[in-house]
Amino acid sequence: MTPVIDMRGVSRTFDGPSPVHALRDVDLTIEAGEYVTVVGPSGSGKSTFLNLVGLLDTPTGGTYLIDGIDPADMGERHRSALRGDRIGFVFQSFHLIGHRSALDNTRLSMVYTGVPRAERTARARTALRRVGLSHREHALAATLSGGERQRVAIARALAARPSLLLCDEPTGNLDSTTAASVLSLLDELHADGITLLVVTHDTGVAARGQRTVIIRDGCLSEGSRRCPAAPGPGPPRTGFRCATSCPKPPPACSPVPAGRR
Amino acid sequence: MLARPGRTALTGLGTVIGITVFVATLGLASTAAGQIGDRFDAMTATEVTVTDQSNVDDLPGGVEPGLGEDPEKAAMAVNGVTAAGSYFVPDIREPGGESAQGSLLPPGPPGTEPAGVSVDVLAVSPGYFDAVHARLAHGRVFDSFHEENTQPVAVLGRAAAHRIGLNGVEHRPTLFVGRHPFTVIGIVEDVERHPATLASVMVPRSSAMETWGAPEPGMGENTLIVDTRMGAAQQVGDEIRVALRPDHPAALQVQVPPDPRTLRDGIDNDLTGLFMALAVVCLGVGALGIANTTLVSVIERVPEIGLRRAMGARRSQIAAQFLTESAGSGFVGGMVGAALGAGTVVVVSLFQGWGPLLDPRTIAAAPLIGAGVGLVAGAYPAWRAARTEPAQALRS
Ligand SMILES: Nc1ncnc2c1ncn2[C@@H]1O[C@H](COP(=O)(O)OP(=O)(O)OP(=O)(O)O)[C@@H](O)[C@H]1O
Ligand SMILES: [Mg+2]
Repeated sequence: MTPVIDMRGVSRTFDGPSPVHALRDVDLTIEAGEYVTVVGPSGSGKSTFLNLVGLLDTPTGGTYLIDGIDPADMGERHRSALRGDRIGFVFQSFHLIGHRSALDNTRLSMVYTGVPRAERTARARTALRRVGLSHREHALAATLSGGERQRVAIARALAARPSLLLCDEPTGNLDSTTAASVLSLLDELHADGITLLVVTHDTGVAARGQRTVIIRDGCLSEGSRRCPAAPGPGPPRTGFRCATSCPKPPPACSPVPAGRR
Repeated sequence: MLARPGRTALTGLGTVIGITVFVATLGLASTAAGQIGDRFDAMTATEVTVTDQSNVDDLPGGVEPGLGEDPEKAAMAVNGVTAAGSYFVPDIREPGGESAQGSLLPPGPPGTEPAGVSVDVLAVSPGYFDAVHARLAHGRVFDSFHEENTQPVAVLGRAAAHRIGLNGVEHRPTLFVGRHPFTVIGIVEDVERHPATLASVMVPRSSAMETWGAPEPGMGENTLIVDTRMGAAQQVGDEIRVALRPDHPAALQVQVPPDPRTLRDGIDNDLTGLFMALAVVCLGVGALGIANTTLVSVIERVPEIGLRRAMGARRSQIAAQFLTESAGSGFVGGMVGAALGAGTVVVVSLFQGWGPLLDPRTIAAAPLIGAGVGLVAGAYPAWRAARTEPAQALRS
């Protein structure tokens, strides 16, 4: 089966007075339905990586195939449709429209995907209920607390029913109880067959995935992988981690010359 | 846009002013033209006057001055003439040199104080009453019978009748002009041209000539008033010389109204041109205002643009969003401007005593023009918005 995400030697360099190599030579394959967590220190390139995966940005080197297709070969219309229909984003800084209500913000993910107006509202309400925010649906986003905003951002991504969900620190602003409910929501989505990519600082969150990748200084390396014998969601099962089955040793992370793309 | 009504209003201001000037200019121009047109169309445009004044020295030997044989009949034969009548002012001075007085009683013997009031007498042909569009208050006007038989009858203008003290003709009152009696057969209530009629005593030409003598030909004392069909005055003016004096058309003076079209074009060109230029300048300023605000809005909403792109919006949809906003504020500006412009026309007309005249198409076009201006103004900001890269946009 074609992997959902297939990266070969992907890099992203930001031009400037001193070019920033935010990602270097990333090789990664993610199959449909996988639940992958991404960890790494601040500024290591995790958000840059998610942007590339979600077609919000284009690599400056290497090839990236989504569903086996190079986005550069798609038309703008096709790329936009893919972002709208197939990919869901939960941004690190939420990106809600402050002067709109929680419901409006949630509906926004379906505005460009051809979901009929009435259904948008129904789906938005359901999504808000799933993140426990039904009672705040008419509150303006600007008046919500950080944790509430984060959950509206999650509801917005859910409402569009993506098959690839990219979450940047989805529990960063949540107390442990709410975080737990969001995490079990992610487990449900995983069980539904959605491909999940979750960036986190929290090792507990990272352990919820089937597989963890580490980004350090723009270099991506494979972390631990749960035993194939114990797939699927469930409570953390650290005991099942078997580092030895990790098929690919972390690649050596040598400084890449600026010229190399 | 709707979330920030204050700014939208400010943005539209230039457009509002531009459209206001535009509508007010067109409205005032058409209103002013309408006034001229009104006066014009009603009477002046259908009036041709012919006098027999001619430079006698210029006339070749043997050619007589004058309006010719039966000018009324000759004029009626011209195509486009609806009525024609001639008049002259007889010399009603008494032998002593004083002007004759009009009274309802026979005057005393010569030398006594003249009784009555001074009157003006007009010797008119029967067609005259139609030619000036006379409306009768009492009785009737005289006809060709009176003219042909030199009947001593008179028709009074309303003002003249009032002065003399006459308010009915049932008893066939006799009016003395000096010592000459005339039977009053009618009183004219109103006329639409040659208002001197209302203050005069009208008598048949033949009677006047018998009583006071004929006017001197070639001295401009004989005047023919011709009423024409609308739009026919110019043509009638050309043809009537030959109709009256086929032997020597140059013996006549003909007055025709100025061509109404030339007049209106004049107004259109001078006044309207200037103000339209002003309106265009205002619209230009309005467009710059919209462009500026839309650009600020684009820059301010870069993260939102990034978000919408992430949610699946195409570049064209982002562009359309901002074009809709700019066209919308232009449209609203156009509507407000149309209202203000129409208001201006009404207020100015009120002070000028004009009937406001505004083409509904101008009003209908105003919001569309506003929207068009907004669309043009929004083009660059919309293009900027569409070009925004989502990842970069989401960082800012
Ligand atoms: N548009 C850009 N222009 C220049 N540098 C950039 C740009 N985007 C990211 N970077 C740089 O790339 C590096 C990686 O940034 P990124 O946002 O991916 O980090 P991160 O791993 O998500 O960090 P955090 O955990 O704090 O969110 C940083 O050094 C950042 O300054
Ligand atoms: Mg980040």
